[in-house]
Amino acid sequence: MTFLRELIQFFITRKKVWLIPAVAVLLLFGVLIVLTGSSAIAPFIYTIF
Amino acid sequence: MNILGISSYYHDAAAALIADGAIVAAAQEERFTRKKHDESFPAHAIAFVLKQARLSLADVDAVVFYDKPYLTFERLLETYHAVAPAGLRSFIAAMPVWIREKLFMRSMLQRELQKLGTLNAGVFFTEHHLSHAASAFFPSPFDEAAIITIDGVGEWATTTLCHGRGNSIRVLRQIDFPHSLGLLYSAFTAYCGFKVNSGEYKLMGLAPYGNPFGERTRLFEQRIRTHLIKIHDDGSFVLNMDYFAYTTGLTMYHEKAWKELFGIPPRERESEQIAQEYMDLAYAIQQVTEDVVLRLARTARELTGARCCCLAGGTALNCVANGKLQRAGIFDHLWIQPASGDAGGALGAALAYWHIKQGAPRTPKDGDAMQGSYLGPRFDDDDIRIVCRDLDAPYTCFDDERQLCAEVARLLDEGRVVGWFQGRMEYGPRALGNRSILGDARNPDMQKKLNLKIKFREGFRPFAPAVLESEAARFFETAEPSPYMLIVTSVKKELCNPLPPGYHDMPLLDRLYVTRSPLPAVTHIDFSARLQTVSPATNPRFHALLEAFHARTGCPVLVNTSFNVRGEPIVCTPLDAYRCFMRTEMDALVMGNALLLKEQQKPLAESSDWRKTYTLD
Repeated sequence: MTFLRELIQFFITRKKVWLIPAVAVLLLFGVLIVLTGSSAIAPFIYTIF
Repeated sequence: MNILGISSYYHDAAAALIADGAIVAAAQEERFTRKKHDESFPAHAIAFVLKQARLSLADVDAVVFYDKPYLTFERLLETYHAVAPAGLRSFIAAMPVWIREKLFMRSMLQRELQKLGTLNAGVFFTEHHLSHAASAFFPSPFDEAAIITIDGVGEWATTTLCHGRGNSIRVLRQIDFPHSLGLLYSAFTAYCGFKVNSGEYKLMGLAPYGNPFGERTRLFEQRIRTHLIKIHDDGSFVLNMDYFAYTTGLTMYHEKAWKELFGIPPRERESEQIAQEYMDLAYAIQQVTEDVVLRLARTARELTGARCCCLAGGTALNCVANGKLQRAGIFDHLWIQPASGDAGGALGAALAYWHIKQGAPRTPKDGDAMQGSYLGPRFDDDDIRIVCRDLDAPYTCFDDERQLCAEVARLLDEGRVVGWFQGRMEYGPRALGNRSILGDARNPDMQKKLNLKIKFREGFRPFAPAVLESEAARFFETAEPSPYMLIVTSVKKELCNPLPPGYHDMPLLDRLYVTRSPLPAVTHIDFSARLQTVSPATNPRFHALLEAFHARTGCPVLVNTSFNVRGEPIVCTPLDAYRCFMRTEMDALVMGNALLLKEQQKPLAESSDWRKTYTLD
């Protein structure tokens, strides 16, 4: 809950409230994304994420 | 107050500890795990810095992470939103690690730290470029300075110009992702067949092989400036994202567009031959990079009025550009953080917390506060004796340093290659005489031998000189000490041999083996050298060795290359050093006061092919 509070406060401070719905969807579907995705970073790209 | 700085989870994880503002210890995680550029949580590095400070985790008052994850997440979301639907593949690759881990960075760090002890401290986060700026300014000898930070990307910022004064840093200008000089250079690194985020300095080393007078080189540079990057007078720039793929995909560039632009395909990684076109391309992008750096420097000078400049960020490791900046005379003095990449962010984060958040005053020291960048672990003679005993490795112990140095000087004079393992390990990518492989710079075969038989790396790669500080001006165009091997300068003109006719049209290897000066092993193809000046104050033992070599030969210069093979991190422990010694054609190894000769050693028993342990960089 601390994390959610911090994150929402962050987006309000940064005036990026419009990103909150995208984050909410991501977190709601988080389990699916984690199960189906891969965190492997290709060797041909800089670690920008 | 004890402050622990951490960098982690992107590349080059590290830990640094400061006590009441004094730097106590710092080290990169890769040195302990033996995985180059290791990005995982730096548990080993943290354990070391605490041990060095004789502290437990419970004694730490603040833990500071070098990056603000929410800000990076914001950049990712906005970027994917801006390019959608094009970035879907990248989005799917990126999001799991964020959902699983990086969004919960505070609790993740707390959890990992609690495995190491009792955590009483709060966890704080600095901005990435502020960490770089703090790592550059706060240890510097300047009370006031312009600070320039340039890298691939932090959260949003890729470049900042700041004003440092006393214990404060003010960000004056910022360039944001996706417009990044570091990512531009990385794109060319990849196109020329080197690995992104580790091969950039190879591209820099390749650039001098380009034909500076060639029509193709001129054309490449013109095309870069016309189509890839628009550079403004003040050094700010905009990249043409039609040519770059890193916002939407998992590669750096759009291959078809680059092929059409430059007329050459991307070079295959590890291909044996490097065609002249790629050398010319490397030269061209190096020119563009230097132009941007110099323009940014002029702007920084105008904005701040400062006479001194500090540099950090991964692109500050482009020591050719640094050398041009020093000689440009824009600033009176230049200081560059030895650990300019993300590893240095750990130190910067800790210092930023101390001086900015806590408001602690700052008194710049003569020289600087980095202690020669010898901030890692030391192993004493007992540790070394135990390792030699366990390995059944014969050695000769010298109780007298002068005798040791005289004997090593003799070996070097005879053309032998010597592993030199002394004192505290260096912090940052350069070996500065404590974890070094040394050779005779006068030997025309030394460059080839070191590349092919010791380091097992590409033959075109240059080697760098270490020279007595008092003698440096005799051999190199330098007026200032250069203790961290971060500035490229030239061999003195009067020492340079005239080039044969048609030099720039000769094949790479033919040019390489032309004897360019009395120091052929450290004189690069364009007469440049990445200099380390050694003073008795910062490294008395290495200085003593150079003096012994000078006394014997009249030459105060040695080849100093890092103690590792290609793909391996610099050695950390005596065991690492012994393994590297035995796996290569090094002739001798000096650890502390112990001298080991190759011909006396038994073959090293290894369970598998050690080369498979290391991924080629």
